[in-house]
Amino acid sequence: MFRQLADSGSPSFLVYIDGSETVARPGDTVAAVLLRTAPGIARHTPVGETPRAPYCMMGVCFDCLATVDGETSVQTCLVEARPGMRIQRQKGKVRITP
Amino acid sequence: MTSEHDILIVGAGPAGMAAAMQLAGLGLSPLVIDEQPMPGGQIWRASEGARPDAVRRALGPDYAQGAGRVAEFRNSGVDYLPGTRMWHLEPGFQVFMSRDGAAFSRSCRAVLLATGAQERPVPLPGWTLPGVMTVGAAQILLKTSAQIPDQPVWIAGSGPLPLLYIRQLLAVGGKVAGYLDTTPRGGAGRALPHAAAAWRGRGDLLKGLKWLRELRRAGLRWLRGVGDIRALGEERIEAVCYTTPDGQLHREPASVLLLHEGVVPSIHATLAMNCDHLWSDAQGCFVPQVDAWGMTSVEGLYLAGDGAGIAGAPAAEARGRIAALGIAQWLGHRLPEGAEPAARAALARALASRPVIDALYPPPDDDIADEAVVCRCEELTAGEIRAAARLHRGGPNQVKAYTRCGMGPCQGRQCGYSVNRLLAAEYGKSRAETGFFRIRPPLKPVRLGELAALQEGREAP
Ligand code: FES
Repeated sequence: MFRQLADSGSPSFLVYIDGSETVARPGDTVAAVLLRTAPGIARHTPVGETPRAPYCMMGVCFDCLATVDGETSVQTCLVEARPGMRIQRQKGKVRITP
Repeated sequence: MTSEHDILIVGAGPAGMAAAMQLAGLGLSPLVIDEQPMPGGQIWRASEGARPDAVRRALGPDYAQGAGRVAEFRNSGVDYLPGTRMWHLEPGFQVFMSRDGAAFSRSCRAVLLATGAQERPVPLPGWTLPGVMTVGAAQILLKTSAQIPDQPVWIAGSGPLPLLYIRQLLAVGGKVAGYLDTTPRGGAGRALPHAAAAWRGRGDLLKGLKWLRELRRAGLRWLRGVGDIRALGEERIEAVCYTTPDGQLHREPASVLLLHEGVVPSIHATLAMNCDHLWSDAQGCFVPQVDAWGMTSVEGLYLAGDGAGIAGAPAAEARGRIAALGIAQWLGHRLPEGAEPAARAALARALASRPVIDALYPPPDDDIADEAVVCRCEELTAGEIRAAARLHRGGPNQVKAYTRCGMGPCQGRQCGYSVNRLLAAEYGKSRAETGFFRIRPPLKPVRLGELAALQEGREAP
């Protein structure tokens, strides 16, 4: 659904989305990487298990929630991707990091 | 970093940065906190980052200016904590925050909220489907990641932002399937009474006209007076439906649909602090009331930027400087000669075109379809809210108690105005009288572990 334009020459690095190697670049938020990685979603909701993708990209909708390096329900639009980051799309109810 | 700050500024966008630099210039040392990883706010988001030349050109000079401002801010020596969320504010003031999974609090004498605005929720059927997002969100993707929709994109709504984004998208080689313009007809007639007063803001308006000419020349498929927009699909958006003014229903394939119906101030913090708010018919939102220096009805709590009423970046910077001067004065400092008149003149210039823009793009007030989800978090539809409103007469807080609408993690940021609109229509009351949810702490979700580890006055990590 989204693609990155020819890159700015900045070096890329790898993150892992549900275990799969995925290319990210400096400045990318985790939500941006999720949006350009099929199927372009962040989670299935806990209430109706419907699929959701990042909607606002500025921290006000909470539809970009995913598990990042073991921490559940992180607002991925507010977090920059870092080399080696492990990102899991959430399915329905998740056990909350205390 | 010491915890000796008399002044805490929330938000490092145009208003927060301008206020911080003004205070630093007066010899004061505020602490600036911001949710984002970099300064600049949404308008200048990621302006320090590297990007392809084509994207840099497309984002234009107004955005490029942001990089300069951010550099000035960084060089000003002001204490700044990125990636920091304020989740509670206590009168007096005690400010509670989280950063890197750890909570801490600071006390200070004055707080400046420069938390800006958010896009108004656009509750239409299917707006929760993946592939549907806001125009602002798509523009943020262009800024942070040089990222664009990979198929021709549908854009629906009203206001200057869709036109700006379309221009930028076309400039970097993106494709627009169509612009479904929901602006009510008769814009020129609405704007005319404000035209003379806007003479000083003609620069902004001429820029707008230039965009319109460019888009027409670029052959943009621009459908005006569109209504009944809905997104259809199962796992993601597959089609968009809409009606044109001739009553015709259209259905077209779609992979990305971007929505925008204007922006509204972020009011969760001022609501939680019980500040006075007034309803603005022109902007279709509540606006916290401030005095000439930006002080809210709560002593020592100041507001600057779009959070004090939508007016754009130059106005936000001017209001930031004025609030900084107000705070300095309130704390007993003398203001340098000429600082105030200069800031006020800049604000007047920046506000001149606003009445025309507001008149051209009035807030939406059409009926929300029964099947449209209103509360994205609890997945409640307009029909369910209407039914609850009939059953338990009351206000937004009653509806919230009965349905859980507004109790999810976004805490009403995506449903508050829709509930207000639905109840006002249902009860035949004004939007002002209908009111908003009561907002209680925490302003943003906090983990129990963070709370347990909270030590007042603890240093930020
Ligand atoms: S996309 Fe809305 S909160 Fe992250």
